[in-house]
Amino acid sequence: MENSTHCKGVEAAKDAKAPALAPSKASRRAGVIIVCLAVFLVATVCVSLMLGRYPIEPGQAIAMLVNQIPGISIDQFWTDQQATLFFNVRLPRIVLAIMVGCCLATAGAAFQGTFQNPLVSPDILGASQGAAFGAALAILAGSAAFGVSLSAFAFSIATVLLVLLVSSRAKGNRILVTVLAGTMISSLFSAGVSFTKLVADPTDDLPAITYWLMGSLTGAKMSNIMLASVPMAVGVIVLFALRWRINILTMGDDEAATMGVNAKRLRILVIVAATLATAASVAVSGMIGWVGLVIPHLCRMMVGSDYRKLIPTSMLLGASFLLIVDNIARLASTSEIPIGILTAFVGAPFFLYLITRKKKV
Amino acid sequence: MSIEIKNLSFSYGRHEVLHDISLSIPDATLVNVLGPNGVGKSTLFRCILGLNSRYEGSIFVNGKDMRQLSVKERAREISYIPQSHAPVYDYEVLDVVLMSTGTDLGMLRSPGPRHIERAYAALERIGVEHLAHRTYTQISGGEQQLVLIARALAQNARTIIMDEPTSALDYGNTVRVLSCVRQLAREGLSIVQSTHQPDQAFLYSDKTLVINDGRVFAYGDPKDVITKQLVSDIYGVDVEVNSLYGDKVRVCVPVNEIAR
Repeated sequence: MENSTHCKGVEAAKDAKAPALAPSKASRRAGVIIVCLAVFLVATVCVSLMLGRYPIEPGQAIAMLVNQIPGISIDQFWTDQQATLFFNVRLPRIVLAIMVGCCLATAGAAFQGTFQNPLVSPDILGASQGAAFGAALAILAGSAAFGVSLSAFAFSIATVLLVLLVSSRAKGNRILVTVLAGTMISSLFSAGVSFTKLVADPTDDLPAITYWLMGSLTGAKMSNIMLASVPMAVGVIVLFALRWRINILTMGDDEAATMGVNAKRLRILVIVAATLATAASVAVSGMIGWVGLVIPHLCRMMVGSDYRKLIPTSMLLGASFLLIVDNIARLASTSEIPIGILTAFVGAPFFLYLITRKKKV
Repeated sequence: MSIEIKNLSFSYGRHEVLHDISLSIPDATLVNVLGPNGVGKSTLFRCILGLNSRYEGSIFVNGKDMRQLSVKERAREISYIPQSHAPVYDYEVLDVVLMSTGTDLGMLRSPGPRHIERAYAALERIGVEHLAHRTYTQISGGEQQLVLIARALAQNARTIIMDEPTSALDYGNTVRVLSCVRQLAREGLSIVQSTHQPDQAFLYSDKTLVINDGRVFAYGDPKDVITKQLVSDIYGVDVEVNSLYGDKVRVCVPVNEIAR
């Protein structure tokens, strides 16, 4: 017999294939999970709007929001003070938590794919340490909050560009030299931060630097948010559009190239997009660790490794997670707990659980 | 001509790996590449695939100069089947096959139903469509290799290169993979595969290419190429080449063991 049983030839391919072409059970499940997460995020936002030391009724919150829509005006049944608090403090903070959580988780997922390593976080290429150094310098120079953010953002981007430049000149495995360069330059900037702390005025600048390093969303203002939202949106939208191609990138550069994907160019694009999102997040919120590492992991457990599902899931879960943690940060005790500390408290034990748990078959 | 190589030379730094290689491979031909480790088989493949681009000479695939083509255009002419290996992340088999179907898509686009259909059809053509929704890392090595062949088919390129497709497989899977490849070449694809078993060439190739020291040592019908002399020359092993089934197939037997 010429035709082996394992190679049916073209004729066999014409058989009916409709039933098997329907999305698999796992794929449908992932779709349901994504919808559920979207609903969960909306619910979390609604609850968060009402949470706070200063009471705002659910009805009032909704009415104040609806009132903002042009052409609709509702008779005011809330105090001006409530409105000020709602629009200047609570709402910006919730929006910022969502944006930062979404950016860090998405960037983390993207970096984990690009470097074919599930233990990578968004600051692998020095985005955080660069930002920290930029912020510390600006604080030393006596800048206002806005200047600190701007300096943090600029230094963050510059650090990653420096890492890319160095690694493009290095010999050897592309991924390895990029990660190595990132680690080295990170530690260089980390030493820079330590130095600024050493020379900082201990009554004034030092606490400001220390507090910034711990990460917090307290500085949320609509003006900041508007500015940060541009690089964040560009980064996240590009990563979302590239999500299928990141799958191919995880197979290795050579294999990707033989399948028609220019791996080097794609990797740079992913890194630049993820860095924009990360740098903007760090610039407005300080160092918030763990979200970018743990959330993609959790999402992978929920919807699998396919980036077409992993990216949207990370976006939604990252946003909900940071919003919930920020609610705890602002409500748990009389004085605000820096959110960076809380994410580490939640993130690190969870991560230890992940790497020690038995792999399910 | 599926592949036409003229005066190809390639060096890693000062070390010359390929020296003045010229050969042509017709359409719908299964070529078996033999040669000891480190003689430049993989380097030759990398040059043809465009992964090594700093070569001298020229390489034409399906009449197109590979040097003039973009990464995406190259992938439309030639596809590659690597040795099965475990990716870092778990993907569904169908998603693995789908990865090669993007050669007609823009950078920011994802594949649609048309591509999924093509990926599924490729799995059917290899006869492993029942694996479509299994996790790639959880199927056997032989099944993984068949899935990778399906992935190469889904790419719709007329020429395929395989680097030692069966080196990590057991006997049963080796035979299944090779007979699948044999069948695909009969259906019109040109396939170039490297192997370490001279015996395989008799059953599973139309032409045998022997590379030694970065040069074409021999190229032609397997029965003409694989001789006692050649195996002794390139592998340093004395064999007897025996004919079976009225010379439908031949086998190489190491003489040392028989003489005892």
